[in-house]
Amino acid sequence: MHSAIQQADQIFVALQHRVAGYLPVKFQSIADVILSVIAIVLVFAFLFAVTTVLERKGLGRIQNRYGPNRVGPAGFFQPLADGVKSLTKEDLVPRAADQAVHFMAPVLLVIAAFLAYAVLPVGRNMVLADLNAGVLFFFAVGTLVELAVFMAGWSSRNKYSLLGAMRAIAQMISYEVPLVLASIVVIMAAGSLSTVSIVNMQTGYSGIWPHWFVLTPWGFAGFNLFMIAATAESNRSPFDLPEGESEIIAGYYIEYSGFKFALFFLGEYLGMFATSGLAITLFLGGWAAPFSFLTWIPSYLWFFAKLLLMIAIFIWIRGTLPRLRMDQLMNFAWQFMLPMTLINVFAAGVWHFMPGGVIRWLVCAVLLIVPAVLLSRGLKQGKKFEARTYRFAE
Amino acid sequence: MTATFLILAAITIAGTVAAMAMRNLVHCVLALTLGFAGLAALYLQLGAQFVGLTQVLVYVGAVAILAVFVIMMTQKPAQTTESIFSSFWLTGSLIAALVFAVLGWAIYSSRLTSAIVSPHVEAAVRPIGDALMHRFVLPLEIMGLLLTAALIGAVVVAIQEKRGSA
Amino acid sequence: MFGEGILKGLAETARNFLGSYVSKKRLTTVQYPEERLPQIEAYRNFPFLVYDGEDWQQGLRCVSCFICEKECPPKCIFIEKSTDKKPDAVGKPQFYPTVFNIDVSVCMSCQICVEVCPFDAIKMDTDFELSTDNRFSGLLWDKKHLAKSNEHYHKIHPTEAAVVDAQLAAERAKVAAKAKAAAEAKPAAAPATPPPVPAATEK
Repeated sequence: MHSAIQQADQIFVALQHRVAGYLPVKFQSIADVILSVIAIVLVFAFLFAVTTVLERKGLGRIQNRYGPNRVGPAGFFQPLADGVKSLTKEDLVPRAADQAVHFMAPVLLVIAAFLAYAVLPVGRNMVLADLNAGVLFFFAVGTLVELAVFMAGWSSRNKYSLLGAMRAIAQMISYEVPLVLASIVVIMAAGSLSTVSIVNMQTGYSGIWPHWFVLTPWGFAGFNLFMIAATAESNRSPFDLPEGESEIIAGYYIEYSGFKFALFFLGEYLGMFATSGLAITLFLGGWAAPFSFLTWIPSYLWFFAKLLLMIAIFIWIRGTLPRLRMDQLMNFAWQFMLPMTLINVFAAGVWHFMPGGVIRWLVCAVLLIVPAVLLSRGLKQGKKFEARTYRFAE
Repeated sequence: MTATFLILAAITIAGTVAAMAMRNLVHCVLALTLGFAGLAALYLQLGAQFVGLTQVLVYVGAVAILAVFVIMMTQKPAQTTESIFSSFWLTGSLIAALVFAVLGWAIYSSRLTSAIVSPHVEAAVRPIGDALMHRFVLPLEIMGLLLTAALIGAVVVAIQEKRGSA
Repeated sequence: MFGEGILKGLAETARNFLGSYVSKKRLTTVQYPEERLPQIEAYRNFPFLVYDGEDWQQGLRCVSCFICEKECPPKCIFIEKSTDKKPDAVGKPQFYPTVFNIDVSVCMSCQICVEVCPFDAIKMDTDFELSTDNRFSGLLWDKKHLAKSNEHYHKIHPTEAAVVDAQLAAERAKVAAKAKAAAEAKPAAAPATPPPVPAATEK
């Protein structure tokens, strides 16, 4: 029985080795990598397809509509129809556009988005590359997205796309700081930058409760801060200013059509999955089961269950909150997120050096809640509604 | 091993040369980014993960974007079309030669070249972190202070400019 | 409290999301081709030609007076008058249209043709599923396509049709009485020229 559970857990790893085993020894390691890459590309592209239809249905239900329900059973073949549509559409490139850069931008975006999955452990022994600077790799690859966004916005020779790119870059740079700082607490606690060892730190149980980092004061605060920053990083509502349809039409990918547009769409969702996956890895125990008596369920199922939960939360938030204004966005990043993440780093240090017990909990919680309340008051203050003065628009 | 190195070196050199030679400033920045990325790949190939990834994070993620921002904010619509070469090319090449000479002298006179470097130095994160936090903690802090001062200075300058024009 | 509004909003959307699975009342969307809302009586979109009786060619009320063609703002009506005459809806011999075309791709559904028609011959239809695979001949409707029975008119606009029917019946009675009187007065010169009675002064 026990070995059956283990087999079910390691079924994909065993399959990979079996397939690679047919090749000569010389090519086995590269075949392993190629198989993992194929698996990642297929699984996450499929997840993208499923998410688009789930998102549309979910948003529909939030607005008391049905959502897509025509193509296939309950509308679940809608992505197929969308894919065929985007593939058969004409690929328009503006005459004034910088052809080469315009072409490279979506490619770079999707490559960067897929690269991030290399360090995400989706199951026990299921990671493409266990780098000892895995988290750093993730953030380094994430910066390529900014470059791709800039290339798209600039090369289109369209003022809206340039505005969108400026917004996107300003937003991504601003929120990358809290994103990295929010994950530093986990790196501090785990003492490692490797995603695999961070997950391994969280696989233990006290009684039935897991050792997830989210179940500590600094972990909880860090998780929330990380998710807010991740929402902004992936340009999701309420931080979707770069592509605000009602303001700048579609932002940086306004001049893309057909398949390239689909690539942007894909890259955006892949980025969302990847940051969600990193949040799961850092704070929610990666592939670990939430209770000790549930460990018989294969690890990869847990990872994807958590990922789907995160996606559901993203959709829920998107269906709820209106878009922020640019100054609100920046104020929030620099006046709330940055100080909170720094305080959180401090709280994690206090937690590390205090003896375990209730007092540690209380001290850390007070250390986090008081600044949060004060900072949010600070955000609210100084909100005087007056006639605005414009520097350039008059 | 050497083939990878040659390809990466070629990419790096091609990127940096293109950064100097191209007309369009944004193209220059993108080519420079390619050079940065090639350099990062070279670090990674040497097994220096932390340095390589920091190279990507800082240079591709921050420096290139900053350069792009500056170009977008300041660029005039009319671009120079006369010559690829700047009129300061003599000064520039002189400075470049001097920098190269100093670097070369530093590398040749250091003891690293004579020492036998094993091909598998594990330049992992932990030893780097230990070194930064123990042996080099004072330089690190001083650098941090310096950068913070620069940041505050930039903010002060920006605020004054805004007041002046408003 | 900080974040209270966000939580409230999240609760509201969650209530909407879950509620849409529980109560059908929340989902106001009508799944159109399968389900339809009952049509309201005042609805109208494109004109049609009314005919009485069984034969659509004989019963057509139109006398090809060209008023609608002239009044039509986008000029989408085209009529050709016949050379012979046939009895119209009230029994008087009148010309009839040999060709009556309406280009519905041009028609703007203004209903002016209906307003100006003195013979109650053209009325507004309610059929809106008009898609066709040919945008030229498929949308240029001829007399045969346009002709619809008085029963159809009763079905789609019952109140209006009843008023029109009463008017027409009164006209018919008047014409019949006149014809009878004329026949009694001058039995020799029987039904050659009926006196110039205005067919329908107004609606």
